[in-house]
Amino acid sequence: MCLAVPGKIITISGEDPLSRMGHIDFSGIKKEISLAYLPEAEINNYVIVHAGFAISIIDEDEARESLKAFQQLDQFEDEL
Amino acid sequence: MKFVDEYRDSATAKKLLKAIDKVTTQPWNIMEVCGGQTHSIIKHGIDQLIPSAINLIHGPGCPVCVTPLQAIDKALEIAKQANIIFCSFGDMLRVPGSEQDLLALKAQGADIRVVYSPLDALKLAQQNTDKQVVFFAVGFETTAPTVALAVYQAKRQQINNFSALVSHVRVPPVMQQLLSSKDNKVQGFLGAGHVCTIMGYHEYLPIAAQYHIPIVITGFEPVDILQGLYLCIKQLEQGKSEVENQYSRVVNQQGNQPAQQLLKQVFKVVDQNWRGLGEIPQSGLALSDEYAQWNAEQRFLVATIKTQEPKNCRSGEVLQGLLKPEGCAEFAKSCTPEHPLGATMVSSEGACAAYYHYRSHHV
Repeated sequence: MCLAVPGKIITISGEDPLSRMGHIDFSGIKKEISLAYLPEAEINNYVIVHAGFAISIIDEDEARESLKAFQQLDQFEDEL
Repeated sequence: MKFVDEYRDSATAKKLLKAIDKVTTQPWNIMEVCGGQTHSIIKHGIDQLIPSAINLIHGPGCPVCVTPLQAIDKALEIAKQANIIFCSFGDMLRVPGSEQDLLALKAQGADIRVVYSPLDALKLAQQNTDKQVVFFAVGFETTAPTVALAVYQAKRQQINNFSALVSHVRVPPVMQQLLSSKDNKVQGFLGAGHVCTIMGYHEYLPIAAQYHIPIVITGFEPVDILQGLYLCIKQLEQGKSEVENQYSRVVNQQGNQPAQQLLKQVFKVVDQNWRGLGEIPQSGLALSDEYAQWNAEQRFLVATIKTQEPKNCRSGEVLQGLLKPEGCAEFAKSCTPEHPLGATMVSSEGACAAYYHYRSHHV
């Protein structure tokens, strides 16, 4: 039930922080999503969406770092 | 899809499997407390790919599965009444109550609707001012903020024909309950990534310290789960008991502050009954007194309904890791997703349903 999927913010509408909505692209499927819990969210951010709400901005640096770590796994293994 | 495909890459998964194999020197019991992770583990066969010394226990991580029978009976009682639009997430519709489920009641003519978000239910209330619109609010800390905003907006905009039937649950108290049990077998946890997206992971630091148990906050894709397992096993092998964050692209220690603030404002922490596990102190959320007017239990006078859990379902043992689904005599025989005896067979995130769908026992 805690299923949440990543999508990209295309446009943002609304002024009131609790009513702010984002038009979000989930690889082609677009949906209006509440940005009430991400007042700092901006256009082009990738966000995690659950039950109509964006709940986290994906930290692209962290994502890049973890992927880099996976690439270096062979090296890790040698250290084990 | 960006931020999904990378975490389903088979070459990376193979590297992680090799690393897990290398780091494992003895048997360990590791529990995931999130139905999404359970589903992913069984779907991708992760439990069959890792060393046999690693026993994965599928914990009480499916909110649909742990919603008490009493809450379903209250939902049925409300949905039955005239002039009601009863809204729910789809997976609650087939959970059996004492006598029937919401889907059967819908077939008999009740206006029961599946919504994607509590805000959709709020919109229905604004569009149908001559009807009472009730939202069946179940779920962990991930989902509770979505209900919190709907109720907050109902109060702010005086949408008085909206109300919520609340049965929300919190993850840390059930982890503590499991760890305190004399039957406990769990030696390490994969923490629920999206619960921690909202709540952060500071709540888990004292649990890891008190019970000397590693907790690795983990995502949902196969590569996430394999990395979470790798980190957890590595800690166990090294005798460590720390909280680690595998899902750092999404989760930070503080969590989502605006969501936590609204949770605090709209809900209060209460003792809560879990299906199969009984009452767990401080493990639930109920509407705070300030929002009592939007509490469906009070509005429709169902607060006094009391129901006993059925005895023939062993889901409580499954949820505690004391029994694997296939170890139950009723599994895939008298208990199937079409005719579930208990909730772990109903939701696709329930351990019994996941085993039923992705393993070949029933063929």
